[in-house]
Amino acid sequence: MSGGSRSSREGSSRISDDQIVELVSKLRQLLPEIRQGRQLSNKVSASKVLQETCNYIRNLHQEVDDLSERLSQLLQSTDPDSPQASIIRSLIM
Amino acid sequence: MTNPGGLRSSFARIFLRSLSRINSGRVSSSRGRTLPKHRSISIAAYASMASAVGTRRAWSREVLRRIRRGGARRASRRTSEFPVGRKGRKEPGNGKKLKKEAGDGNEGSSIQGMRKKLRRLVPGGEGMEFHRLLAETAHYIKCLKTQVGVMRSIADYYTPV
Repeated sequence: MSGGSRSSREGSSRISDDQIVELVSKLRQLLPEIRQGRQLSNKVSASKVLQETCNYIRNLHQEVDDLSERLSQLLQSTDPDSPQASIIRSLIM
Repeated sequence: MTNPGGLRSSFARIFLRSLSRINSGRVSSSRGRTLPKHRSISIAAYASMASAVGTRRAWSREVLRRIRRGGARRASRRTSEFPVGRKGRKEPGNGKKLKKEAGDGNEGSSIQGMRKKLRRLVPGGEGMEFHRLLAETAHYIKCLKTQVGVMRSIADYYTPV
């Protein structure tokens, strides 16, 4: 495969470290996050990327919860019926 | 890949309909107790996103499955805050997962540990082969970002200036 110098970092039964790293870095590129500089580095640790991914997902879940709270309070005072919905739709798109 | 604009508008449409229903108190409750409003909204958000994605993805299929199963109970796994979960995990899940949360850093920076965590976070990730799990994760994250963006726009719209 690619001349990866990282043959057996963890040494457990796994598919292939190199394959995982490849997929993980592809995954990484899809996340437009803080660490743009690191994307160029092949040496970025796969487990670190996975950890960042997990944290990111958790953060997103948390944001959904917070936004739900916010929406539940906001919607109490207003009424999201269809005319407003179409306004929103035009705002969103 | 997919057109995020299309996903965004599909999700917005479905979610807004759900919000109308929730606000007018017409939430279908197949569950025994009423949910707090923000819970309903949160679940509606995930459900709307899963509907918008359809059955193309394993994670969306899993979400839809859980919801149809009546999984609107707050089986909250505190690690993931994912509202649509399975029933039995509620109380013991809380305590157990909290401990695991504390041991987060110690679960090892190993890939194995991360794989397990990812499997728990991404719906339907348990029975999946790792390559597939990564692809599902990428799509899941993309959809979550869209979801958050739309919810934020709606909230900003309704926030009195």
